[in-house]
Amino acid sequence: MQPTNQNRNLPELIIESLIRAAGYSAILFVALILFFLLREGAPAFAEVPLGDLLAVRWYPIESLFGLLPLIGGSLIVTLGAALIAVPFGLATAIFIAEIAPRWAREILKPLVEVLGGLPSVVLGFLGMLVLAPIVRLTLNTPTGLTAFTGSLLLAGMAIPTLVSVAEDALDAVPKSYRDAALALGATRWQTIWRVTVPAARSGVLTAVMLGIGRAIGETMTVMMVTGNAARMPTALNSLFLPVRTMTATIAAEMGEVANGSVHYHILFTIGIVLFLISFAVNLAASAVVFQQRKRAERLLS
Amino acid sequence: MTRQLTQRLVFALITLAAIATVTPIVLVVGYIAYLGLPAISLGFLSEMPHDGMRAGGIWPAIVGTLYLTFGTGLIAVPLGVAAAIYLSEYAKDNRLTRSIRIAIINLAGIPSVVYGLFGLGLFVLFLKFGTSLVAGCLTLSIMTLPVIISTAEEALRAVPQSFRVVSRSLGGTKWQTIWRVVLPQALPGILTGVILGLERAAGETAPILFTAAAFFLPRLPDSIFDATMALPYHLFVISTQVPGMPIQIQYGTALVLLVFVLSMNVVATVIRSRARARRQW
Repeated sequence: MQPTNQNRNLPELIIESLIRAAGYSAILFVALILFFLLREGAPAFAEVPLGDLLAVRWYPIESLFGLLPLIGGSLIVTLGAALIAVPFGLATAIFIAEIAPRWAREILKPLVEVLGGLPSVVLGFLGMLVLAPIVRLTLNTPTGLTAFTGSLLLAGMAIPTLVSVAEDALDAVPKSYRDAALALGATRWQTIWRVTVPAARSGVLTAVMLGIGRAIGETMTVMMVTGNAARMPTALNSLFLPVRTMTATIAAEMGEVANGSVHYHILFTIGIVLFLISFAVNLAASAVVFQQRKRAERLLS
Repeated sequence: MTRQLTQRLVFALITLAAIATVTPIVLVVGYIAYLGLPAISLGFLSEMPHDGMRAGGIWPAIVGTLYLTFGTGLIAVPLGVAAAIYLSEYAKDNRLTRSIRIAIINLAGIPSVVYGLFGLGLFVLFLKFGTSLVAGCLTLSIMTLPVIISTAEEALRAVPQSFRVVSRSLGGTKWQTIWRVVLPQALPGILTGVILGLERAAGETAPILFTAAAFFLPRLPDSIFDATMALPYHLFVISTQVPGMPIQIQYGTALVLLVFVLSMNVVATVIRSRARARRQW
């Protein structure tokens, strides 16, 4: 439909330019976010030598701003969450898309959506009061506030994203693929595992990436249940010790620092790191989708 | 092991995993309802907190959350729907449009606490709004925008092309076509997306930590430049910062927040399924 200049009037032109401006606004907001993170965070690089930022002690009161324990804390909590969320999330997606009878599907889909809607502070609250004591007793650790506790809850927060994206991808696999496999004598499971899942591979991968992306950025839950000790996770058993993540550090400390202090600038620097990580994860995830679309076009042409 | 036996085993495992995934959701909601219900009374819902929040109600937190959610909608809905109209009705497939899409994807992925930092830097400090309702609403709006844009765009795209062609062939202008034909058809889908977006805004804590939330404010905000209490932040405060907090008040607050958020979820689901049932194309 080509826009013509006939029967157009001034109000319409104004409305259309407003709509256009709204369309462009998303780019403006990303730019603004990056600009203000840099504006408040960049001075840190002048105030603290890079070597000190890449050190292993985070102790702001003594001006020790080593970011590595925070990055390590975020990584170990996220890794733990991924180890739980990926198998359970994928199983749930496969169950909903391929195995469940219709009535079970109708119950499970909204339930998973409810999980996605639970405010993170509510999960953190229950995590502190209910989950942490259970973890403390079963693992026999001095405290239940560990990276593992955070991972369990984060897995719960990553699962809704993971399930809905993966289920969409599985659902989008053409019925003819399945029919062909079944006609060749494959069982339903062989069809799912060797045909449907591989055909939906890129969508499933996107689901995993977006789920993990969600887990890295989660704040309130991890702040409430991981114990917030900025220690370097050096061995595997760190999963069962308290940690401190990047997000929790910002949330816990920003309220107490003086505007314009070194500590204040560093907290924005952590924000820049988080921004870049989420940028990379999302760009990669959308690249996978993009590639898949191109391949689909080739197949169809 | 035969193929059928493998299948039976694997299906059983997958079913168990799916059950293990959804059971905690029911438990969480049930547990909070069970422990929170005894706290709910008219007084709890309508009184100011007193005795250092250890007694009284949560009225200012309820009102604050309503203000924040409503204010966020006021900004994010027109902006988001307009952006969706642009993408679905006007944008051509070129580099600019692709940049917009990448920008939206990235807005959706930015951690909520980073939105808090951004809001602090831009609205609270640079524009000197201070810790205020307006700074919180603006921050939450930008965070909610990608959800609203993508669901609204999907709803607009689902309206068959023939509707537009007919309207244009009857002499309608492009905008008349959008306003009188396409938008009304897409309304239920847009509404679903708006409610889901605002649901997220209502439950978030991290973005309002440094932009809008007051630790304790035993009155309602007088203007949009006042700080406000809010249910999620209040729950955070009374469960981590206040020693000797009665457990009942904590669960009561959690329950009110949960009911608030989940009822939005239910409304969105109902609108969506009704629209699907009624759709004639």
